[in-house]
Amino acid sequence: MVGTRAATQSQQAQTMTSSTQAHRKKLEVKDLSIRYGDFTALSGVTLDIREREIFGVIGPANSGKTSFLTAINRMDAMSADMHVNGQILFDGVDAAKWRNLYSLRRRIGVVFPLPVGLPMTIYDNVAMAPRLAGIKEKAELDLIVERCLTRAALWDEVKDRLTSLGSLLSGGQQQRLTISRALSQDPELLMLDEFSIAVDPVTTMRIEDVLQELRSEMTIILVTNLVQQAHRLADRTAFFLNGRCVEIGETEAMFNGQVQDPMTLDYIEGRFG
Amino acid sequence: MKEQPLTIQNGEADDQWDLAWFVDKAVQFIMFVGGISAIVFILSIIVFVVEQGFQFIYETLDFAQFFTSPRWRPTSEWNPTYGILALMAGTASITGLAMLIAIPFSLGAAIYIAEFAQGRTRETLKVMVELLAAIPSVVWGFIGLSIMNKLIIDWFDVPVGLTVLNSGVILGLMAAPIVTSIAEDALKAVPDSYREAAEAMGASRWQIIFHVVLPAARNGLLGAVLLGVGRGFGETMAVLMASGHAINLPTSVFDSVRALTATIAAELGETAQGSDHYGALFAIGIFLFIITFAINLLADLVVRDVRKS
Amino acid sequence: MSHIYSITPLNELNHRKDKLLRLLFLMMIVTLIVPVLIILGTLIYKGGSMISMEFLFTFPKNGMTAGGIFPALLGTIWLVAVALLVSVPLGVAAAIYLSEYALDNWLTRLINICIINLAGVPSIVHALHGFGAFVIFAKMGTSILAAGLTLAIMTMPVVIVATKESLQSVPHAFRVACWNMGATRWQTIRRVVLPNATSGILTGIILEVSRTVGETAPIMFTGAAFFLPFLPEGIFDQTMALSLHLFVVATQVPGVPDALPYGVALVLIGMVLILNSLSIAFRIYLRNKKKW
Repeated sequence: MVGTRAATQSQQAQTMTSSTQAHRKKLEVKDLSIRYGDFTALSGVTLDIREREIFGVIGPANSGKTSFLTAINRMDAMSADMHVNGQILFDGVDAAKWRNLYSLRRRIGVVFPLPVGLPMTIYDNVAMAPRLAGIKEKAELDLIVERCLTRAALWDEVKDRLTSLGSLLSGGQQQRLTISRALSQDPELLMLDEFSIAVDPVTTMRIEDVLQELRSEMTIILVTNLVQQAHRLADRTAFFLNGRCVEIGETEAMFNGQVQDPMTLDYIEGRFG
Repeated sequence: MKEQPLTIQNGEADDQWDLAWFVDKAVQFIMFVGGISAIVFILSIIVFVVEQGFQFIYETLDFAQFFTSPRWRPTSEWNPTYGILALMAGTASITGLAMLIAIPFSLGAAIYIAEFAQGRTRETLKVMVELLAAIPSVVWGFIGLSIMNKLIIDWFDVPVGLTVLNSGVILGLMAAPIVTSIAEDALKAVPDSYREAAEAMGASRWQIIFHVVLPAARNGLLGAVLLGVGRGFGETMAVLMASGHAINLPTSVFDSVRALTATIAAELGETAQGSDHYGALFAIGIFLFIITFAINLLADLVVRDVRKS
Repeated sequence: MSHIYSITPLNELNHRKDKLLRLLFLMMIVTLIVPVLIILGTLIYKGGSMISMEFLFTFPKNGMTAGGIFPALLGTIWLVAVALLVSVPLGVAAAIYLSEYALDNWLTRLINICIINLAGVPSIVHALHGFGAFVIFAKMGTSILAAGLTLAIMTMPVVIVATKESLQSVPHAFRVACWNMGATRWQTIRRVVLPNATSGILTGIILEVSRTVGETAPIMFTGAAFFLPFLPEGIFDQTMALSLHLFVVATQVPGVPDALPYGVALVLIGMVLILNSLSIAFRIYLRNKKKW
């Protein structure tokens, strides 16, 4: 599955001019508001995310970044007190009108700040999503597992103990396992939420390298607490503050000080946050 | 913009109800049926117990007599009377004595397990309490009948050992492990920060227990006691075997009595289905159901109140 | 804790009070446990001589004043089997519903209240229900089926509570991780939640077996007989049962030798305590075997 779709995509990429690629919208968010009971986590967010860009989201804690990702993934359907208003178009289709949400989520890979190694073998952790998608052949699964673990820079460390429990790996390893799992879905959209919190700096750099590689294959939303990480990786960056999207712009321009709201510059330069 | 439709079609094609989706919905329904079964069973209990007792309650039963007459003479040929006052007194005296024994001792035991015992001792004591709670009521009844009976006759020099005392003690020992483990849970639910704060102020252990832990766990402990009462109230076999089974308004702990539950257990097998006697036994069943339902509901409300605060 | 402060007269007094109180509470728990140990000792002392292969595997003789308890033992196994077949699937489903699907609404609260009451309703009321609903209304007659169903309804809360607890001990983060991968609720439950809860569920089932073995009142009028000269051949037959057999030989039969009921009680309590110990040992083993 990984092989085939990636191949067609790169073919597609070749036939497309860079300008059309840049203009194609993977995700259109219109006036998005998120409420947990009485608490409003996010309000009035409107933004577009383009096909195959890395879209950075920065902002202090509790600014609504995680809720934003959760809404894209339609996790509001799994909890009674999360309420989403507004529109999210995924490939032009309204996510709120999706009937089979599971098939929507299969196309979106998610990495959360606290790593979760599922209490099954490392192999099963990575093979789970392909299995859910109906792949049964051992050889194919082996291939996917190796490929995804390699891409997340974990293969060398675990290749001799694929049958040990994924939940007993170290924090950094579990985070890379989580990334392998997200990749095993062969996602069109990869959402990372402050992945570096549980990872040491060296591993962070290695994962950043992986993301650089992946940008040619998928759209990536990178929520990060490290402003410089957004600077290093993101094509465009959004700044969230207190549940509002204060500013969206080209990352380079933003970090060069071309901002509409002085708050953005204050945050980027570390004056608060 | 030519390639855009391709992706959109892709998206719409993906949004299909697949096998996994249908399986998920089907399983959800099955699990829901499992959950609903609890309600169905309770309704079934209400419907069928009431149905069997309905005719008697509607046509024959004299409510005033039922609750105020101590005469339970369902088999009397010319004037059967159905008064459950003596039976209620029997149940009340046995449960009362049992609680008199069980409450202080099980609260003490719970405090010891939760506040003093540590490590191995704690685990061992908890396991012991759990095993005590597992002893079947018919075995307790047999113990009352064979062992306690002789002890009471020997120690107190009374002619009969199957009395309020016997069944009360037995019931107390039965209820104690249940009350202990629920009370221990309630004590454990008090955050350690309370204890630490009191300790930092120089409070001694007994001050911490009596002024901090017990007041904080008050509702949970009340819930434990209520469940103990409910358990004692509904106990059948032990009470049937150890209480002497004599219809009697007890004046001392050395009197034999008969409990509501025991009456049903002893007489249902000998009644003709549909007779007044049969209906009267079901009427007692309805009464027992209402009382225990109320006690359990109250205990649940009290305990839920703890979790909220 | 008071020892870290200087010993003032007040602290000295408090310290003594502490010790006294500790002793008092210890004595209370000892008072609860010791009589039971004495009773168990007496049962073993008086009934131990009865226990033999012959006792366990032969029929009662001479109007139940001699012989063994085989039909009662076998009948108890029949009843437990029927009760488990009904209550385990229903109970596990109910627990999965409550833990994995149910929203915090009035229906869920109602279900919880009903479960509490199923456990709290007197066993004799369960007997009346079984008699009215199964024996008479469903025309099952007094049979293993009717008695087993009555027991199932009565002990179902044990399975529900144990299952719910073990399902909820699986961290929520695992579920979210699976949902994020596009797993349905059921796929998540089957692949991640249940595999890590099975042992806990098994513990609950063992506990339920133990409860079922000891129950007497619910089967008195629904399917258990005082004495039967033959073994049950199916679920529509009546049967003897160990718990009722103890009641019968202890109270209903004249001329029973003293040791016989002690022997029956010993077998019954032995079964129950072994099952419970098994479930406790299982739980301790589980607690020490961390998977995350």
